Amino acid sequence: MDNIASNSTLTAHETATGRIEKGPSGRKPRRRLSRRNIIVYGTLIVVALYYLLPLYVMIVTSLKGMPEIRVGNIFAPPLEITFEPWVKAWAEACTGLNCDGLSRGFWNSVRITLPSVIISIAVASVNGYALANWRFKGAELFFTILVIGAFIPYQVMIYPIVIVLREMGVYGTLTGLVIVHTIFGMPILTLLFRNYFAGLPEELFKAARVDGAGFWTIYFKIMLPMSLPIFVVAMILQVTGIWNDFLFGVVFTRPEYYPMTVQLNNIVNSVQGVKEYNVNMAATVLTGAVPLVVYFVSGRLFVRGIAAGAVKG
Amino acid sequence: MTALTRGSGRPNQWLRNLNAKIASIPMILTAVVIFLGGTIWTVVYSFTNSKLLPRLSFVGLDQYERLWAAPRWIISIQNLAVYGFFSLVFSLVIGFVLAALMDQKIRFENTFRTIMLYPFALSFIVTGLVWQWLLNPQFGIQSIVRSLGWTSFSFDPLYDADIVIYGILIAALWQGTGLVMCLMLAGLRGIDEDIWKAARVDGIPMWKTYVLIIIPMMRGVFITTLVIIASGIVKVYDLVVAQTSGGPGIASEVPAKYVYDYMFQAQNLGQGFAASTMMLITVAIIIVPWAYLEFGGGRKRG
Repeated sequence: MDNIASNSTLTAHETATGRIEKGPSGRKPRRRLSRRNIIVYGTLIVVALYYLLPLYVMIVTSLKGMPEIRVGNIFAPPLEITFEPWVKAWAEACTGLNCDGLSRGFWNSVRITLPSVIISIAVASVNGYALANWRFKGAELFFTILVIGAFIPYQVMIYPIVIVLREMGVYGTLTGLVIVHTIFGMPILTLLFRNYFAGLPEELFKAARVDGAGFWTIYFKIMLPMSLPIFVVAMILQVTGIWNDFLFGVVFTRPEYYPMTVQLNNIVNSVQGVKEYNVNMAATVLTGAVPLVVYFVSGRLFVRGIAAGAVKG
Repeated sequence: MTALTRGSGRPNQWLRNLNAKIASIPMILTAVVIFLGGTIWTVVYSFTNSKLLPRLSFVGLDQYERLWAAPRWIISIQNLAVYGFFSLVFSLVIGFVLAALMDQKIRFENTFRTIMLYPFALSFIVTGLVWQWLLNPQFGIQSIVRSLGWTSFSFDPLYDADIVIYGILIAALWQGTGLVMCLMLAGLRGIDEDIWKAARVDGIPMWKTYVLIIIPMMRGVFITTLVIIASGIVKVYDLVVAQTSGGPGIASEVPAKYVYDYMFQAQNLGQGFAASTMMLITVAIIIVPWAYLEFGGGRKRG
C-alpha cells in the first residue's frame, strides 16, 4: 500500500513501469519533503492539535488560581502552578448536601464498576459458551432478541426496570445499578464471547467430550484458559463503559450512591455560588482519568474492544 | 448431563443440554423480560393517562396528540434532526478523510491514532464540560480572538438559542470522529492491494480511485458505521445535560431528555412513555432495513 500512496505524484506511466520492473515488494526511494508529505503530515498535525487542545486546556486550567483565570486566557500555561483546585475537587467540592468532593463519587464508581464488570463478564462468557458449543432449540431466537435489544433506546426500558428493581427491593441501591449494568452489558458481551468460542477449533471441544468432560469442566479447564485475550478486551469495554455511564447512575441510584460522572455534573453545573472553573476542570480531569489510563495502558486491545462494542453506549 | 445427552434412547427433549439451558437463564430472562417485555410494557402504557404512577386507564392516542402539540417536543425533534444530519455527514466525511490520510503508510501512525481516539474513552459528561469551558464566551475561544484585536468577534454557541445545537455538535464530533476513523481505517486495510495497482496501471488519479472504487467497495463498513452513529444520535442525552442542560431556555432539548424529564421530574409518565415510543420507532426505522441486509440472507455461524 505504501508505494501506491507515495507515488501518487508521479504520472501513471512512470508508476506502472516502475512497478512492473521492481516487483511488488519494491520500495521507491522517496523525498522526505515532498509536497504530498507536507500535506499529509501538515493536516495530521493540525488535526492532532485540535484533538489535544481540550485536554491541554483542562489540565492547564486546573493548575491555575482563580485570579489568574479571570485575567488570563484559557490557553496560557499557568504562571503559578497550584494543586489546590485538585485537593478541593477531590475532598471539598459540594454536591447537594454533601461537601466531601468527588471522592465519594469515585468510591461509588469503584463499588459499581468492579462487581458489574466481574458479574457481567462471568454471565456473558458462560452464555456465549453455551450458545457456541451447546446449542439448544430456541437459543438463537433468544439471542437474536438480545442483540436487537441492544439497539433499543434505553429510555424505552428504563421505567419497567425501575418497577422490577423496586419489586426486588434494590431500587436506589448499588446492587440495583450493578444488575442494570449486567443486563445492558449482556448483548454485546455475549456476542463477543459467542463469536470467540465459535472460532476455536471444534476438535478441541469434541476431544474433551469424548474424554467425558461435561459442560462446566470444558468451560473451566479448556475454554477459559484459552480465552484470556478476549476476557481482557471484554474487561476494557466494560470498565470504560460502566465508568462513563451517566443515565443509569442518575436514574437508578439515590444521591448518596451517585457515581462519579453524575457527581461531577452536579458539581460543575450547580447554580449556587461562584463558579470555580479551576476546581471544575480538576474534577473533570479526575473523572476522566480512569478511562484514560485504561485507554493508554491497553492500547490496541482498547481498539479491538470498542470495535466490537461500538454499538453500545 | 453428559450421560443424558450420550444416551442412545431419546431422552426427554427438555433435559437435553440441561446445563447449557441453566447457564442461559440470565440471557433468556434479559431478552424476554427486559428487552421484549419492557419494550412492550412501555408501548402499552403510552396509551394510558399514567401520571405519577403507571395505571392502566387507556386514553387512546391522547398522549401522542399532546406530545406533537408540545413546542418542547417539536424543538427536541428539530434539534435531533439537525444534530443527526450534520453529525452523520461530518462523522463520515471527517472519519474517512482521516482514515485515508492515516492509510498513506505514514510514520507515527500509532501516535496519531492514539491522539484521535482518546476522546472516545472519555464520557459524554467529561466531553460536554470541557467544551462548555472552551466555548465559554467570557474566557474561552471568543475572548481569546477578541483579545487578539477582533473586538466584535462573536462565538458563543452555547448561549445563543439559534445555534446552540451546533455547539453540542462540535463536542460530539470531537468525541466520536476518532472511532469512525478507526472503523474506516480497518475497512481500508481490508481492501486488496491489487485494486490499487490496477487503478494505477489504468492511470486513474488517487482521489478518483477513492470515490469510484474504494468507497463503493467499503459499502459494508459504511453501513455498519452509519448504524452505529445513528443509534448513538437517537440516544444523545449526557452531552446535552453536561453542556447546556437543555438551555438556553428549551433551545437545546433532545428527545432523550424530554423522556427523562417527563418520567422522573414532571411525573407525567404517560408523556414519557409516548415520547420514548417515538424514539423506539425512530430506531426501528434505522435498524430494521439494516438487520434485514445484514442477517436477512442466511445468517452464518460466528
